[in-house]
Amino acid sequence: MKFVDEYRSAESIQKFCRAMSEIITRPWIIMEICGGQTHSIMKHGIQELLPPEVTLLHGPGCPVCVTPMEQIDHAIHIAGQPNVIFCSFGDMLRVPGSEKDLFSVKAAGGDVRIVLSPMEVIQIAKEFPEKEVVFFAIGFETTAPANAMVIFQARQENLKNLSFLVSQVIVPPAMRTILASPENRVQGFLAAGHVCTIMGTQEYEPLACEFNIPIVVTGFEPLDIVQGIYMCVRQLEEGRAEVENQYSRSVKKEGNLSARRVIEEVFQIVPRKWRGVGEIPQSGLGLRSSYSMFDASKRFPRETKNCEADSPCISGEVLMGIKKPTECPAFGVSCTPDSPLGATMVSSEGACAAYFHYKKVNL
Amino acid sequence: MCLAVPGKIISIHDEDSLMRRGQVRFGGIIKEVNLAYVPLAQVNEYVIVHVGFAISVLNEEEAQKIFSYLQEIQDVDEAGQ
Ligand code: SF4
Repeated sequence: MKFVDEYRSAESIQKFCRAMSEIITRPWIIMEICGGQTHSIMKHGIQELLPPEVTLLHGPGCPVCVTPMEQIDHAIHIAGQPNVIFCSFGDMLRVPGSEKDLFSVKAAGGDVRIVLSPMEVIQIAKEFPEKEVVFFAIGFETTAPANAMVIFQARQENLKNLSFLVSQVIVPPAMRTILASPENRVQGFLAAGHVCTIMGTQEYEPLACEFNIPIVVTGFEPLDIVQGIYMCVRQLEEGRAEVENQYSRSVKKEGNLSARRVIEEVFQIVPRKWRGVGEIPQSGLGLRSSYSMFDASKRFPRETKNCEADSPCISGEVLMGIKKPTECPAFGVSCTPDSPLGATMVSSEGACAAYFHYKKVNL
Repeated sequence: MCLAVPGKIISIHDEDSLMRRGQVRFGGIIKEVNLAYVPLAQVNEYVIVHVGFAISVLNEEEAQKIFSYLQEIQDVDEAGQ
């Protein structure tokens, strides 16, 4: 067992789709929360394999896509300071701020570095003690343990020249916002398997119960996704609204307790603005006061302005499952991965980019 | 950026709990991975790795369930025909 190829067999995928056709009696709308799943769905053409009754909507689960423009502007402001080494995951460099992106700061001579793991910033901070090293700590619950560990380590080692611009978000409050919206069309959710690998499945029970909606924790390979959809459809057809776990090879009910302990040590729950969506209460993680000396937004203060209103980008509606990327007038015209107007066209996990890359032939 | 992929642990060193590290093989590539969040993981086990950190040990028994489920569907399918 290698945990990859076995989950890509076309024959097995078709079996689930056939089984689904047999039990389905009416149209259902299901949303996959996670951008990684959106990418997999588009890449493997899963929507086309499903019975016509199933419509998939793509959710807000891409941290690059939901980082608010003010945070990008703040990152650009910090990265432009003469004595700063600004470190970030690569996807963030091309996300448009109100005037430019981090990549243009780099092109203009700023020291902006792409890291693959947050652990690298500890090394960079030690190597350049005369510089201020700043890490753009973004991500969902999946990335929170990695970012938390580095912040924890920075304090253990008393690294004075390292700080963090934190824009962590958490998923369940966003699901609540989607479900509570009067425009909501979602009837079943695929919850994000790696988010739940960290946090477990318990947080989803009250949502399933309160909104009477099935929630199936699902993995990322095509076979996982098709099974997740099958399980969701079966619940809908049987009139059940439960939390089920398709991805049990990685997800335990209680999540990963050692990871949760370190998250808890470093972060606390805060309100957080989501790009295009607005503020969602209790939907972010911010530094606890015992770690506030590592807060880059305090070390490099900047007045925040709200500047999203002028953009033609409708990514907020795309992220909430109200519109599909192809319904955006800018899609593929003035907005492409080479010159993106919104973050959902930048990240490969953003719905707009996934549609652009894999639907191009049909345009 | 949320990409997390399975790989096989081929060695473990630095047993200090926070700095537990090891080498993990992904197909043909071997990478150094932080294992602090999988304190019980052993060599030869598969872990899911995200931005340099292993976040879970894959459970073989649970992993088999999908295939037995598939078999059940098939049996029902064949019985119906
Ligand atoms: S196509 Fe571009 S402009 Fe339209 S919603 Fe997507 S990112 Fe925004």
